[in-house]
Amino acid sequence: MFKEAEIRTFVEGTTNYFEVSAQQSATVGSPYLVTDGKPGAYEYTGVIGITGARKGIVYFTAPRGMLTVLLMRMQETDTSDENIKDLVGEVANTISGNARRDFGKNFVISVPVVIAHETEKVTTPHTRSFVIPINWRTHSAKLVVCLE
Amino acid sequence: MEITDSTKATLKLMIVDDSNIIRRRIERSQQIARLEVVGSASNGRAAVEMFIRTQPDVVTMDLTMPEMDGVECVEELVSLNSNVLILVVSALADKATAVEAIEKGANGFLCKPFTDRQLNDALEELLSEA
Repeated sequence: MFKEAEIRTFVEGTTNYFEVSAQQSATVGSPYLVTDGKPGAYEYTGVIGITGARKGIVYFTAPRGMLTVLLMRMQETDTSDENIKDLVGEVANTISGNARRDFGKNFVISVPVVIAHETEKVTTPHTRSFVIPINWRTHSAKLVVCLE
Repeated sequence: MEITDSTKATLKLMIVDDSNIIRRRIERSQQIARLEVVGSASNGRAAVEMFIRTQPDVVTMDLTMPEMDGVECVEELVSLNSNVLILVVSALADKATAVEAIEKGANGFLCKPFTDRQLNDALEELLSEA
């Protein structure tokens, strides 16, 4: 069973990512539970597989507009599809990796798998997921945490 | 601001990370004049090959990578040159991972995400050991 403190770890990881990488805060909405196995996805999704003490996935999903501006805030001038995919994977990787500060070394993360332009291919291994809504500038994104 | 010290020799820097944007970010953001980027690699195996070819003095090393992970790569690079200075730049924020990387031969640890200043401070601290 997922605890409130564990969700807080991912919320803090998400806000920290935007504060440090984009030098511009994001606001995080109230996390909510999805029980139908369909937490939803935007155009680009970076998926991290979790093994070890916990099993499941963490994914960060965002529209192209948000990722393009995020790249530009990071002084990156190449906003090609390849770099957008790279970024969405890196955000997922960073937030998941940072969670080991609280979960420890046995929270084992995979390299990112990126799904672009095929939102229907973004699936979760369990029906229950927590969704953390993210608002940054005029854009919306989500972090989805689906762990046993 | 560029940090210069004309009394010290140029050191070769290799950047290892599976993310192209992070490799480019490190190359763009590092402001230490005596560091010259000689190459970058996207996984541990490619890093070992590049290390042999370019013989860098300093390496920034990601940990979660395909082919060969960063900890294994650190061990391999140190076996090739025990004087190499390695700064691990990783999202893995637990203390045990940092300790393991240091035990394998890394000299410093910078947690992602990082600011330009944090990167340059970490590199400066690393170079103070040179």
